[in-house]
This record gives sequence, structure tokens and C-alpha cells, in this order.
Amino acid sequence: MSATTALRLRRREVVATLLTARGDLLVVAGLGAPAWDCAAAGDHPLTFPLWGGMGLAAMTGLGLALSRPRRRVLVVTGDGEMLMGLGSLATIAAQAPPNLAIVVLDNERYGETGMQPTHTAHGVDLAAVAQACGFGVVPTPASHADVVALRGSIHHDGGPLFSVVKVHAEKLPLVLPPRDGALLNDRFRTALQE
Amino acid sequence: MSEPGASSTDWPLGIHRALTAAGVSLVAYVPDAGHKRLIELCHETPGMRAIPLTSEEEGVGLAGGAWLGGARSALLMQSSGVGNLMNALGMARVCRFPMVVLVTMRGEDGETNPWQVPVGRAVQALLAEMGVEVTRADAPEAVVPAVEVALRHAFEDEAMTAVLIAQKVIGVKHFPVEVPR
Repeated sequence: MSATTALRLRRREVVATLLTARGDLLVVAGLGAPAWDCAAAGDHPLTFPLWGGMGLAAMTGLGLALSRPRRRVLVVTGDGEMLMGLGSLATIAAQAPPNLAIVVLDNERYGETGMQPTHTAHGVDLAAVAQACGFGVVPTPASHADVVALRGSIHHDGGPLFSVVKVHAEKLPLVLPPRDGALLNDRFRTALQE
Repeated sequence: MSEPGASSTDWPLGIHRALTAAGVSLVAYVPDAGHKRLIELCHETPGMRAIPLTSEEEGVGLAGGAWLGGARSALLMQSSGVGNLMNALGMARVCRFPMVVLVTMRGEDGETNPWQVPVGRAVQALLAEMGVEVTRADAPEAVVPAVEVALRHAFEDEAMTAVLIAQKVIGVKHFPVEVPR
């Protein structure tokens, strides 16, 4: 475990890098810190941040990927959120959408509820689960350069892709996206039609 | 509906035609014996993708993402699966995601598995409490009209809709109980 501790990255920097030069990328952000991280990188009509629906970020990404096969879709979520939707990894892999990538920001904590350890703190390996389901796994980035390479994979490599980014368990200033789900829905659909 | 194979009692074919006419391209499901024929029809249809789920709530995320991307979807399950949907429906409600949930009922007339009864009895109230427009179809000829209305409300009014297909429409699965002598 000490080796992975040494490789921990800063989540806000990781997300800012992944969303740089996003092109026509469509983004779903899982509830909690990943949604705030995406907002901190810049609120965007084609980023759909979840304020609830824990466990559904990956499936929301699948719906987008299947309905927009010519667009790249990125799901940015947390370890706790992904753990609640483990079954969806099997569902997504069975559909094998080539344009979908899932990046889990893994701080091994339920960060919004008091930093309780998640199952990944006890050794559960989400990337191994995804790989066993049939995802292509991009190895856990160890540096900024690796995150840049991961961004390249998200834009160009065949999916479905999955990567776990080990990040520090840190409480950061809240940067909140709009919380009106109907507004988020409407602006996303409108932006896609433009 | 007078074409061969589309009698008023062939409601799975009728549902399939209604889904096609409404432009539904994604059909997610957790299998139920009552949906067997409809699931097969969806898998066989070019331009329609049938997607097996590991659990029913996945279908709500899928429906939301599909809607964001401009596609229409429907979700098939048996009544016990409705119990798995609740928090997910909260997301659909807040986000005004259209939902079309077609539920084959268990736990009703002649049910021989008592484990199907509790959620079966609660389904209508659970869905209604979450803001879903619920219609029951108690006869084969009532199924397709109810589905057509559900599709229209969902995609024209951005509503969450469900059609409950009664167990007597589907038939009863028997688990014989040995009678002591």
C-alpha cells in the first residue's frame, strides 16, 4: 500500500488536465467531489454533474455513449460512487461501447460523509474488476505526464476504457455546479443540438 | 392491428410496434418470463438495441443518459424489480428525464411464491409516491393502449410513466406445494 500512497495525485489538477482541450467530449460527473472537481475546471453545458443518483454515473455515461456514437463520453466519478454501481461495469462491458471511458478518482474515502474508508481502502481493486468485466484498463497514472496520456486515450483509443487515479484524501473548497436537474438536462440537450 | 400475428391478445407484439412507432431505440431490461417474447422481438429488431441490466436501477441512469444524447428508451422488469428503482427515480424526477417502465406483475392472482408478494402489492403506491404516472392493464386488450399513452406522456410531456401488466394477463408460474396426507 505504501507504493500507491506515494503515487497519489491532486484531484483538481487531474480533472483540470483531463478536461483541457476537451473538444467535443461529453462528460458525466458522479455525485460529490468529482462533480465539484469538474465545476472547478469550468462549468460547461456538456458536463452533466450528478447531485444524487449514487451509483448511476457510469450508466448515465452508457446511455450517452449509445445515443451519441460519434462523440466521446467521459464519466468522472469517485470510488464510493463506482462501488455502488459495480454491476453496471458488467452491463457496460457487455455492450462494449467504443466511445466510453470511465475515470475513477480513488481517495479510498467517502469524502462527503466524514472520510470513512471505502472498500478500496481495504484492497478492493476497481480496475481489476473492470478488466475482468471486459474493459480496457489504462494503468493508474503516476505523474502529470501519465494524466496527459490518459486524456489522449480518452479522446482517441477504442473503449470501453477504465482507469483508476489514486488521489489524496483532501477536503477542498466547494465549487458547485448548477443544482437544478431540469436546467442541467435542458442546457445539455440544447448544447448538443447546436 | 389486424395484420397476421397482431391479434389484440398478442400484446408483446403490440408493445413492440408501439415502441417502434414512438422512436424508442434503446430497450433496457431485467428479464421476466412475462416479457420473454417482447425481449426477443427487441433483440431481433435492427435499429433497436436491447440491453440486459444486472439490476433495475441501472436502467434509470441509462434512460437519463440516452435522453441527454437525444435518444428515447424504455425499461422492462417484473414487479419485484420496482423495489430496486426508488432512489434512481428521484434522479429522473429532479432532472425531468422521461421514463417508460413496463412492469409484468407478480404476487397477484394465484401467485405461488410468497416472496413475490410484498413488493408486488406495493408497486403501484411506490411508483406513484415517486411521481410516476401509473396505469394498470388488467386485460390483454388493455395493454397496448396503455403503453401508447405512457409513451406519449413520457416523450411529449417529459413524464415518468409506468404500465403494470396484471399477472392474470401473463399467466401464473407454478411452484407446486406437496399436500401432506
